[in-house]
Amino acid sequence: MFTLTINGEKVTVPEGTSIMNAAKQLRIDIPHLCYLEGLEPEYHCRICGVEIEGEPRLAPSCVRAVSEGMKVHTNTARVRRARKMIVELLLVNHSADCPTCERNQTCELLKLAFELGVKKVRFEGEKPSYELDETSPAIIRDPNKCILCGRCVRVCHDVQTVSVIGFINRGLDIKVSTFMEKGLGNVECTNCGQCIQVCPVGAIKEKSAVDEVWAALANPKKHVVVQEAPAIRAALGEELGLPPGTLVAGKMHTALRRLGFDAVFDTNFSADLTIMEEANELVKRITEGSVLPQITSCCPGWIKFMEHFYPDLIPNVSTCKSPQQMFGSLAKTYYAQKAGIYPAKIVSVSVMPCTAKKFEAQRPEMTDSGFRDVDYVLTTRELARMIKEAGIDFAGLPDESASQLMGLYSGAGTIFGATGGVMEAALRTAYKLVTGKELERIDIEPVRGLDGIKTATVNVDSLEVKVAVAHGLGNARKILDEVRAGKSPYHFIEIMACPGGCVGGGGQPISFDLALRGIRGQVLYNEDRVLPYRRSHDNPSIKKVYQDYLKEPLGEKSHHLLHTKYTNRGRV
Amino acid sequence: MEKILTKNIDKPNSQDIEVYLADGGYKALEKVLTLKPEEVIDEVKKSRLVGRGGAAFPVGLKWSFTSKEDGEPKFIVCNADEGEPGTFKDRVILRNDPHLLLEAIIIGGYAIGTSHGYIYVRGEYYPEIEVLEKAIKQAKEKGYLGNNILRSGFSFNIQLYKGAGSYVCGEETALLESMEGNRGSPDCRPPFPAQSGFLGKPTAVNNVETLANIPAIIINGGNWYSKIGSPGSPGPKLFCLSGQVNKPGVYELPTGIPLRELIENYGGGVRGEFKAVLPGGVSSSLLTDLDVKLDYKSIAKAGSMLGSGAVIVINSDTSMIDVAKNTIDFFAHESCGKCSVCREGTRRAREIITRFANGGGRAEELDLLLELGEVMYDTACCGLGQVAMSATTSAIKLFRDEFEQKVRE
Ligand SMILES: Cc1cc2nc3c(=O)[nH]c(=O)nc-3n(C[C@H](O)[C@H](O)[C@H](O)COP(=O)(O)O)c2cc1C
Ligand code: SF4
Ligand code: SF4
Ligand code: SF4
Ligand code: SF4
Repeated sequence: MFTLTINGEKVTVPEGTSIMNAAKQLRIDIPHLCYLEGLEPEYHCRICGVEIEGEPRLAPSCVRAVSEGMKVHTNTARVRRARKMIVELLLVNHSADCPTCERNQTCELLKLAFELGVKKVRFEGEKPSYELDETSPAIIRDPNKCILCGRCVRVCHDVQTVSVIGFINRGLDIKVSTFMEKGLGNVECTNCGQCIQVCPVGAIKEKSAVDEVWAALANPKKHVVVQEAPAIRAALGEELGLPPGTLVAGKMHTALRRLGFDAVFDTNFSADLTIMEEANELVKRITEGSVLPQITSCCPGWIKFMEHFYPDLIPNVSTCKSPQQMFGSLAKTYYAQKAGIYPAKIVSVSVMPCTAKKFEAQRPEMTDSGFRDVDYVLTTRELARMIKEAGIDFAGLPDESASQLMGLYSGAGTIFGATGGVMEAALRTAYKLVTGKELERIDIEPVRGLDGIKTATVNVDSLEVKVAVAHGLGNARKILDEVRAGKSPYHFIEIMACPGGCVGGGGQPISFDLALRGIRGQVLYNEDRVLPYRRSHDNPSIKKVYQDYLKEPLGEKSHHLLHTKYTNRGRV
Repeated sequence: MEKILTKNIDKPNSQDIEVYLADGGYKALEKVLTLKPEEVIDEVKKSRLVGRGGAAFPVGLKWSFTSKEDGEPKFIVCNADEGEPGTFKDRVILRNDPHLLLEAIIIGGYAIGTSHGYIYVRGEYYPEIEVLEKAIKQAKEKGYLGNNILRSGFSFNIQLYKGAGSYVCGEETALLESMEGNRGSPDCRPPFPAQSGFLGKPTAVNNVETLANIPAIIINGGNWYSKIGSPGSPGPKLFCLSGQVNKPGVYELPTGIPLRELIENYGGGVRGEFKAVLPGGVSSSLLTDLDVKLDYKSIAKAGSMLGSGAVIVINSDTSMIDVAKNTIDFFAHESCGKCSVCREGTRRAREIITRFANGGGRAEELDLLLELGEVMYDTACCGLGQVAMSATTSAIKLFRDEFEQKVRE
């Protein structure tokens, strides 16, 4: 332990603690733009400099470790002058169209400029004028707003191990870009959107579908249906004035009706459907002795990652479509039939926590209904913007349910949004399939929580089913390398591209705070506890869709509408 | 003064090991191999030799830190990247007396306890690279390099690295990054290379000229050396005299020699009328006092730095705006772009100075530049950004009227 003084106050912290973290103990927040908890510090922004007595220059407090007796000052004129000037320098090189920037409520640069009292940008000069990278169907990069903090590079490289973006060019022309400037759409980008979550400014954003959805809603010839992923209800409130950790399923359904959607359903329903298919697939693989472990397929970020980096594992990946796409192919078949609407009239919209789902919806094979199964994908943030634009007082809305036919859901469906949720939901149903009995201890704690890799063994009659859960692609790699080496002890593996699972998806309210993602996950586990049905196979609407339409899991119709195949995309 | 660093350079075939051996070459190494590494370091400490690469850090201290750090293997790296405008002193040694350098590196390796030496040579120094390659081969043949040197049990090898071609790669942490095959961008200190350097191991990085002093210190003793030149930073120094003088060139002179003597007795006097000098190259602040003594302390006291000893003389025909423009152009071009403050600071400073050069400056921008210089000194990660504004801000301070004449009406 080292004792030092910061602004005259003593604090004792373990050896190796950074000055910035030591200051936190004293409730002193040292401003910074490139440092972010959860990423290795890289001290690019130079804003976190502090004075240390006896040193000629300011020290970057994000990386400088404390030492015994150190005397630090974080609020001197010299420190404030440096911070302000650096913010001015960043602003003058930044295409600061704040009024129309999506990040103007969450921009760290704007916030800092305000908090540090930058009254005037004293420099004037040329602004960057790079071309935008719009090659990806999911994500747009605007280098003109980039402040070169390197967070996206670090999250893509260190956390996701995808490494498709990096610094290119030297010196003043330095820029974040892809291999040979090919653009995100032409490299191995998984569209996970974690780079959006870490970007302090508006340099990375989703490719918006808001205008298209408004247009569909305004078109009287169209019948617009909507589905919302599990994770939306755990986070949408954060964008609309409610505290983190608020379940807003009811308000969300109400708001969607008020926006003018003709039918408000719920992806949680198709999450239950996914479980029916996926659990049956698992049981089949185990009993028939075919390829194991089975790996979940509901995360399109992970799927694209697999198609680039682990195509040899295609036989291990469940053939089930994601809940979004299962919903999509049923909306224009099953629902169209039931409601007596010509499918070409239906516009199928989904609200997802996810940028990868935008990519998934436009995959060429996602047309099994005979039409584009999902027409438009909105992120949580985009939906929030529409709600604001419509002037809806979200916090004051009453609660409504989604329409029963494809909107009733079980607790198993709702926990899909948290890491481990798919695994837990599948086990609840697989147990029933194999034993004919219900799993007694329905909460499978070992697969919950925020550890990067979680494992458990579940006794299903005489069989010990071994399962593993990984979230964040860096963690996934560890499990996948075992599978590749033929050394994986598991029967079933869940992989989610985003740390924390979909509650931490690239389309969620901006944050890279794993603890917040845990709080959102808890919202879903809490909802699971109080729902009337907690197992997918108990959901009456699921029973009905099989009875009336699909007949049986893994049956012919299911095969056609609910299952898919993957492509070896190779490396760039 | 008797030449120490350049005593061999004018001999015919000076690169040849036979010529080097004929005049006591490798005797220092022979002596070192009979000493304990600590004794070698003590001798260097006694000499009070400080680094000639720019930062003027005591060599004995650097070696003793490196030798005491945990972590194996250790490395010694000779910095021969020499990329600063007006600096061409290391080249003289590299080209003409390679064995002096090799002998010094081997001694340094012995002192810090490593068998691994590297020379990071500026990529454009093709002839020098050839000379070094040949010298390494000869030294191996004669048993001064390789396994079990002179049957002492000590083994040592030297490998060459060719520089990646940018000025900032001469900064020691960027140099090590570049040796590891990464982008040559500086790292934050601490940790210093002595703690965590090449491949994360304790590494002593020393400049060519710094090392060239070592054999003489071993042969004649640290005490002898410490009496040469200025007591604070003794020894001979290679001054690279350039700019508006009649005889530009590299001059070996004791530290502490007055600037006037260097220019008048060696450089053939100023071409035109003396106006100012950059005593440590483009990284240093302008001085106008011809009587300043050329040693690290005196120059620092006068408000500048000796750096690597690139003395650039400026005459009265030269506009200070041009001086500012040339230096800031250089740094804006050479900034690695990693730190916001250096990247954006040099970018804006260059724009402002360019506007002044074109007669379109704003009066308040002069103080803005002074503030920028202080903030960059305070916050930039490496030496490049810290000193990028020195010449410019000193030009404004000393010759403000020249800038004010260029303020936009
Ligand atoms: C931008 C920059 C460029 C540098 N270039 C060189 C160089 O070309 N050669 C050199 O010896 N030192 C250079 N240095 C200094 C080195 O970082 C380091 O201090 C030096 O190699 C240590 O050796 P010394 O102690 O023998 O001087 C440079 C420093 C900076 C900040
Ligand atoms: S979306 Fe994910 S994979 Fe693509 S660049 Fe961003 S972090 Fe990397
Ligand atoms: S895009 Fe955003 S996160 Fe990436 S370097 Fe630029 S500002 Fe930082
Ligand atoms: S974890 Fe969820 S939000 Fe993230 S990419 Fe996968 S499906 Fe999308
Ligand atoms: S000060 Fe300049 S050259 Fe040095 S690391 Fe920072 S940006 Fe690169």
